[in-house]
Amino acid sequence: MNSSKSTVPFKGTPEQEAQLVAFVEEKKDSQGALMPILQKAQEIYGYLPIEVQKIISDRTGISLEKIYGVVTFYAQFSLYPKGEYTISVCLGTACYVKGSGDIYDKLQEMLGIAGGECTADGKFSLEACRCIGACGLAPVLTVNEDVYGRLTVDDVDKIIAKYA
Amino acid sequence: MENITVKINGSEISVPKGTTVLEAAHMAGIEIPTLCYMKEINEIGACRICVTEVNEGRGFRLVAACVYPCSNNMEILTSSPKVIEARKKTIELILSTHDRKCLSCVRSGNCELQKLCKDYGVDDAGVFDGERNIYEVDNSAAHMYRDNNKCVLCRRCVAVCANTQGIGVIGANERGFKTFIGSAFDMGLGETSCVSCGQCIAVCPVGAISEKDYTKEVLAAIADPEKTVLVQTAPAVRAGLGECFGLPVGTNVEGKMVAALRKLGFDKVFDTDFGADLTIMEEAHEFIDRLKYKSGVLPMITSCSPGWVKFCEHYYPDLIDHLSTCKSPQQMFGATAKTYYAEKMGIDPKNIVVVSIMPCTAKKFEIGRDDQSAAAGCPDVDYALTTRELGRMIERAGINFHALPDDKFDEPLGISTGAGVIFGATGGVMEAALRTAIHELTGENVTDLNKLRGTDGIKEATYDVGGVEVKVAVVSGLANARIVLDKIKSGEADYQFIEIMACPGGCVNGGGQPQVPMSVRNFTDIRKERAKVLYDLDSSMPLRQSHENPAIQEMYETFFGKPGSRKAHKVLHTSYVKRSVN
Repeated sequence: MNSSKSTVPFKGTPEQEAQLVAFVEEKKDSQGALMPILQKAQEIYGYLPIEVQKIISDRTGISLEKIYGVVTFYAQFSLYPKGEYTISVCLGTACYVKGSGDIYDKLQEMLGIAGGECTADGKFSLEACRCIGACGLAPVLTVNEDVYGRLTVDDVDKIIAKYA
Repeated sequence: MENITVKINGSEISVPKGTTVLEAAHMAGIEIPTLCYMKEINEIGACRICVTEVNEGRGFRLVAACVYPCSNNMEILTSSPKVIEARKKTIELILSTHDRKCLSCVRSGNCELQKLCKDYGVDDAGVFDGERNIYEVDNSAAHMYRDNNKCVLCRRCVAVCANTQGIGVIGANERGFKTFIGSAFDMGLGETSCVSCGQCIAVCPVGAISEKDYTKEVLAAIADPEKTVLVQTAPAVRAGLGECFGLPVGTNVEGKMVAALRKLGFDKVFDTDFGADLTIMEEAHEFIDRLKYKSGVLPMITSCSPGWVKFCEHYYPDLIDHLSTCKSPQQMFGATAKTYYAEKMGIDPKNIVVVSIMPCTAKKFEIGRDDQSAAAGCPDVDYALTTRELGRMIERAGINFHALPDDKFDEPLGISTGAGVIFGATGGVMEAALRTAIHELTGENVTDLNKLRGTDGIKEATYDVGGVEVKVAVVSGLANARIVLDKIKSGEADYQFIEIMACPGGCVNGGGQPQVPMSVRNFTDIRKERAKVLYDLDSSMPLRQSHENPAIQEMYETFFGKPGSRKAHKVLHTSYVKRSVN
């Protein structure tokens, strides 16, 4: 089985844990507490790795699998941290017809991760986004705040090299 | 209770208020097919196989019969053309993401999906075929595998794991078309704190989960002339095996089972009931020691059920000192076979193969535990097969089970008492232990301790054991165990002795027993029917107290000395480890 544990080392601090635990203790006896707890945990840590889900499981008595089932059900929750650089590829209609799908595939292959994941060194995370309103530059991707347009698959190497 | 009237397929019937459409139809003699529904355990109305037309004055519409309550004057059509068409379409949709490899499937012949296909005329034409998810088989656990290519996402396994057993190591991950049943972070089941009880297998309608099959290895051992192959059968097997051959739930097939094992070529056909009697000798004495001489903590909790033991190690590691140090009857039998019996018969224990037939999947995990090897270098038990695996072996060998004569177990390890046979039902171990403990302390012979019987998940009673008032509890099903264990932790409980069995109803309803279709289970208490076999056997036996077993008496005289002796400790007792929760 392929485990979906994040390969990026967990860097949670005692302060973050204290903040989460305080919230869990306040909420855990009310019905339907899991969703707000998970939202809070993601707000604190940015993502929900096994270390964080275990804290929640231990404190609430809800099984780890049940928590994981909820986390993987909702698109709002992420199992992976954001990298130092978040690469967002626009898969909106205009970019897509101009070939952004191929660019997205190329990035997954180059970085060795699937969309939504983060590289093991914590450097890059990759995600797909919908229209960012720059259709005139299609196909478009962004790296943090930098925008790159009128791309071809061959441009991807050079862009990554700038940040590596 | 208030009654209401409904009209099912044109005939009126009066039913209690609150009755579901499914139950009302059952009362009218009509079985509505189901797939996801398990009474009181999985009432989610998700699979839509049970859809039925009802009219509550606003015209007919389709509802899920399993969860839809009847209303007064409701009209119900259970097999109208619209109903049949809807069910058929649902089956076709389920099949569109199913591997349809019936020929190689362990459940072929008693698969609930296969039966639905047959009943509704759905073949393998694949009318809705399209994209399919392909899953790797999870082989990581010691006792079972999961092949999600056959899973129909009914969630019966999930419900029994979380609700009945209070564990929840499996669940639905992802969503929509990508949904699959698995564990947290897609860990293999073997990495989780699964306790190996196998209740998930017992309720799976299809072949998505099953025990790991060791029948081939056992047949190879039988064929090896160097090996003496001994088989032992757990009490509950004789109360379940008949179901593999179409006999009604609750048929005693002890004699035919022994005959079949002999025909399969085992050198000796012995009985785990002997191991159970031996367990009582050790456990009753351990209890008396803890009670009178404070040699260990109270309450003492039984250790026969390896699913329960593993549960305790994972979820209540602080309580492992409460577990009896006695090995389980299976392991005591194996340990005895490879020491006492090997010595007595002059056989090198390395050439003895002990095969056990168990109603249990956790027994497959138990044989691989540390410290289960009384004879140096030899595991106490080599192979633990489930009742279902034995059923398959008999079928493949072409043995006509129904035509077999009633045969008897071999001596000496096939000699047992009524106390040994009731081990297979919840309360049986406690009753057997108290029979011997009371005799030991008072000389009295007691046999029928009725307060310990029945299928309630938690039973309590107080007995006078040699002038000491002993409060006991009997628990089956691990969600019930949690209730009692939490009371021990909080100091609320004042029991001295507790029996805990992982499976609801005890071993008769173990995870290795033949699968009974949910259409039967939802309306029959199989625990009660199978347990009756064991209590009937007990009351028909001349000896009903473990210490009366002549083979046990001889073994103590010539080999172990006394119960609890150093030698007995070395061979028959074990220790436990703390495990984590995943």
